[in-house]
Amino acid sequence: MDLKLSPFPTLEKQMPIEHGRFEAYVDNGGTVLAVGGPDYCVIAGDTRMSDGGYGIQTRKYTKIFQLTDKCVLATSGMQADTLALQKRLKTMLSHYQKEHGKPMSTPAIAQFLSNTLYYKRFFPYYTFNIVAGIDEKGEGCAWTYDAVGSHERVKYASQGSGNQLVIPLLDNQVAKFNQQIIAGGNVTSQQAVSFVKDAITSAGERDIYTGDYADIVVVDKDGVHWEKFELKLD
Amino acid sequence: MYRNHYDSDITTFSPSGRIHQIEYAMEAVKQGGAAVALKSKKFAILVSLKRSSSDLGSYQKKVFQVDDHVGIAISGLTADARMLCNYMRNECSNYDYVYESKIRIERLVTKVADKHQLHTQGYGGRPYGVGLLVAGYDQLGAHIYQTCPSGNFYNYKSISIGSRSQSAKTYLEKYFEQFEDCSLEQLIVHGLRALRETIPNSDTGLNSKNVAIGIVGENQPFKIIEEENAQPYLNLLENEEPVEMQI
Repeated sequence: MDLKLSPFPTLEKQMPIEHGRFEAYVDNGGTVLAVGGPDYCVIAGDTRMSDGGYGIQTRKYTKIFQLTDKCVLATSGMQADTLALQKRLKTMLSHYQKEHGKPMSTPAIAQFLSNTLYYKRFFPYYTFNIVAGIDEKGEGCAWTYDAVGSHERVKYASQGSGNQLVIPLLDNQVAKFNQQIIAGGNVTSQQAVSFVKDAITSAGERDIYTGDYADIVVVDKDGVHWEKFELKLD
Repeated sequence: MYRNHYDSDITTFSPSGRIHQIEYAMEAVKQGGAAVALKSKKFAILVSLKRSSSDLGSYQKKVFQVDDHVGIAISGLTADARMLCNYMRNECSNYDYVYESKIRIERLVTKVADKHQLHTQGYGGRPYGVGLLVAGYDQLGAHIYQTCPSGNFYNYKSISIGSRSQSAKTYLEKYFEQFEDCSLEQLIVHGLRALRETIPNSDTGLNSKNVAIGIVGENQPFKIIEEENAQPYLNLLENEEPVEMQI
């Protein structure tokens, strides 16, 4: 309780107490990342949902949403906005499928998400998205976004509270930045999964908002495969 | 002959209490290509005859998916049918968005019927010149509905609309009691047999180019079976004994 004791009570002005101010946004935390390969894409997202502070609202809320057989959406940020965004996309994708007689391709979805986000440029979705999957040629691909739709196709991406911890690791290991001796050769999807598990575990160690469990999703020509992976509960 | 005095306006009743414009709209449905709908306990199916303008042309689309659990077959003005199909898709989509569940078939069909009715009462526009056969599967089971330009809708165990559909109806009346317990395959064969009745003997008959089948049911999202996929069912039809029909 603030007693507002001051040595000069008459000299200092009384500030009006700001109450009734509606805070539209909250960050429920968490980390998502994606790594694309020659014919697969691995996406990971932790499942912890926090209340913006030190509390945990649930340990088992998935951040990854399947859009088509070839594409998933991984989102961190405010989960209420994430849910609204997923519903919007699901409806529009369904509409597209009926009109065109085929599902929306991953690059088309990527552009569509950007448009959807920019539509709310002046009251944004508080969401940090990664669209990942395989393109029409079967190659793994990922697009990374900011809250208002700025996007870029990349080989790997991460977003969320653990982003700053994960992205340098991906830069070094996937893009081989700052490495003097580069070990060549293709990475198989199993190797990529193993690496991604390490990445998200490491994020869980240092970031308080990342942990509990993680969904590891692999997208390849045979479809979308889900795996649950345990992280630390602390 | 006296009909002509009361039939130029949708807003004019005839002395016998009919609105002729609506009946003329229903004529457009009767001129369209035949479509048959039938259901068992777990499935509702549509079997329809596609028309083409000439040997050079493609065959007109007859069966449309509206949602995972609903599909339609059309007879009459195709352009009008497309508008209604889009309307139905939007209604299903909106319902799903708000209630996170699939709309019940009767509710959807009621909306379509109400939309038909709007165009029978005012100078706004002409009635839709298309009849729909709606096949759907919801929590209450399999359903077949027919909609008319008049704004009426009917729930059926099985029905046929379009050109020469009376022959198909005669077949359905003979066999409908068996449909309840039929397997999906048997049901499709019944549908094809009914549809075959609507083709004059002089024509080429049913083939994979002019037949469109739509199926929906328990654990079966709405699916359209056309072209090569329809061939196995047509083969089943050919291997059977011809059915004795009383003219």
